[in-house]
Amino acid sequence: MLIETKGLKKVFKSRGKEVEAVRGVDLAVKEGEVFGLLGPNGAGKTTTMRMLSTLIEPTEGEATVCGHDLARDAAGVRRDIGYVGQAGGTWGEVTAREELVMQGRLYGMSKKRAQARAADVLESFQLSEYADRNVKTYSGGQKRRLDIALGIMHEPKLLFLDEPTTGLDPQSRAHMWDEVRALRDRGTAIFLTTHYLDEADALCDRLAIIDHGEIVAEGTPLALKKEVAGDVVAVGVTDRAAEARDLFDAKDFVREVEAGEPDPATGVAVLRLYVDDGAAALPELLRTLDGASISPASIELHRPSLDDVFLKQTGRSLREEK
Amino acid sequence: MKVVRDTWLVYSRAMKLNLKQPVWLIVMLVQPIYFLFLFAPLLEPMDGMPGFENGAMETFVPGLIIMMALFGSAFVGFGLIAELRQGVIERMRVTPISRVALMLGRTFATVSTTLFQSLALVLLAALTGKLDIYWAGVGLMLLIVMLTAFMLAALSLGLAIILKSEDAMGPVINTLVQPIMLISGIMLPMIMAPAWLQNVADFNPFYYAVQASRDLFAGNLGTDYVWQAPVILGALTILLVWWATRKFARAVA
Repeated sequence: MLIETKGLKKVFKSRGKEVEAVRGVDLAVKEGEVFGLLGPNGAGKTTTMRMLSTLIEPTEGEATVCGHDLARDAAGVRRDIGYVGQAGGTWGEVTAREELVMQGRLYGMSKKRAQARAADVLESFQLSEYADRNVKTYSGGQKRRLDIALGIMHEPKLLFLDEPTTGLDPQSRAHMWDEVRALRDRGTAIFLTTHYLDEADALCDRLAIIDHGEIVAEGTPLALKKEVAGDVVAVGVTDRAAEARDLFDAKDFVREVEAGEPDPATGVAVLRLYVDDGAAALPELLRTLDGASISPASIELHRPSLDDVFLKQTGRSLREEK
Repeated sequence: MKVVRDTWLVYSRAMKLNLKQPVWLIVMLVQPIYFLFLFAPLLEPMDGMPGFENGAMETFVPGLIIMMALFGSAFVGFGLIAELRQGVIERMRVTPISRVALMLGRTFATVSTTLFQSLALVLLAALTGKLDIYWAGVGLMLLIVMLTAFMLAALSLGLAIILKSEDAMGPVINTLVQPIMLISGIMLPMIMAPAWLQNVADFNPFYYAVQASRDLFAGNLGTDYVWQAPVILGALTILLVWWATRKFARAVA
């Protein structure tokens, strides 16, 4: 295990009030995997990452990172990890090459070694062309690539990425995903935070969903979704939503019904039915509605998404938060 | 040693940034040059009067240099706030770099630029031909100037980490530096002040810095100020560097 935490907790004190940002997190990250921490803003993702990367001290709990005890051997942790914060960490008036060489030297490389490694890294991140220009002239995507390049300058076993694609255009975002996969394929484990469902789904080998400072689910994206149900049928009804809900609830093949609030504009309330086989369930569901003379406003059948997982665990949709 | 090496790395980075924009080194000289040419002539008739026994210009120029060190270094925190916002400091704090080095490297860079500016100012003053310069004393005076810059840079960097915003930093630094400057006798010697103000000045470390600089500049190496200033400034420097380093180690950007 590259990361193992036990009851990791962080309490911030501000103006006499105590805020529990992270309330006892247990995590395990394996070698060579992309591990995602998915959750809405303010869920405690960044705080957890900042604790694991030695930037802030946990209030309680224990953690081992790359074999080093977080509390006793922060220096050991720092040697073996790379970290790329949300802000990135480059300065506009410096060139990419200068920053990379400096970064290498901060990790104890000789000047010669740092220069050689910087040239390699610039090449592999397609930055050679701009290497000797000041960072302030870079595009968002180029700057983000440099941020990551700085993070892996010393070939860490584990790279922390805090919201790596926030603020990037779709193309740069796709590039970033490729970079992350390429790093993983070369043996670097990645720990990233994200509030994008598609990113967690497509990029992460395993993930944990965090809400209000607590892990609510953990597993591979597939397993998490399977746990929710084989399929989700979303039925929109304009009135008698409670009645429809009870009817569906009584059916054996419906594992669970999640009733949403009626939309204020259209008056349509969406009932989400978790079923094993959507295609088989659909005719029966329609018959049930017909039998009670309830006419549906809409019916959708879809594979469960991570949002369904989040919704099931927290009762809220991650999508609505955005 | 790791601390020395890391300090050197941070120092070279800061100096490289300074040298990329040499215009700032010149801009920081503009204010003292104004004082040298537009204010100093007002003091010329005071030559030989109480407080100006060493000569009018010989008294004013060392004070001017301390003032430049004061302003030049008290505002370095502004640069740090920008770096904090860009995540530069956070990035470096995740590396195994020595925490002391993060602070010391930047402080030494400020000392270097202050030294350069002080030398430039002494040379400019010498060119006016209105004062006698005792060069060995000037060398020793520069040590006092460096200590002053070192101490204030540490204070400014520590404050920057606490305040984290330029909007808060400006008023705080001004509130702190203005009175320190006024009761240090930079403009006019404190001997002209009423007794109560002189008593207040006795508690101002920069008063000693100014007086010692004047004595050294004029070649009076044996006065009390000459040993008091380095002792007081040295102790404060150690205290502030320790304090600022702690702030650096714990900073939450």
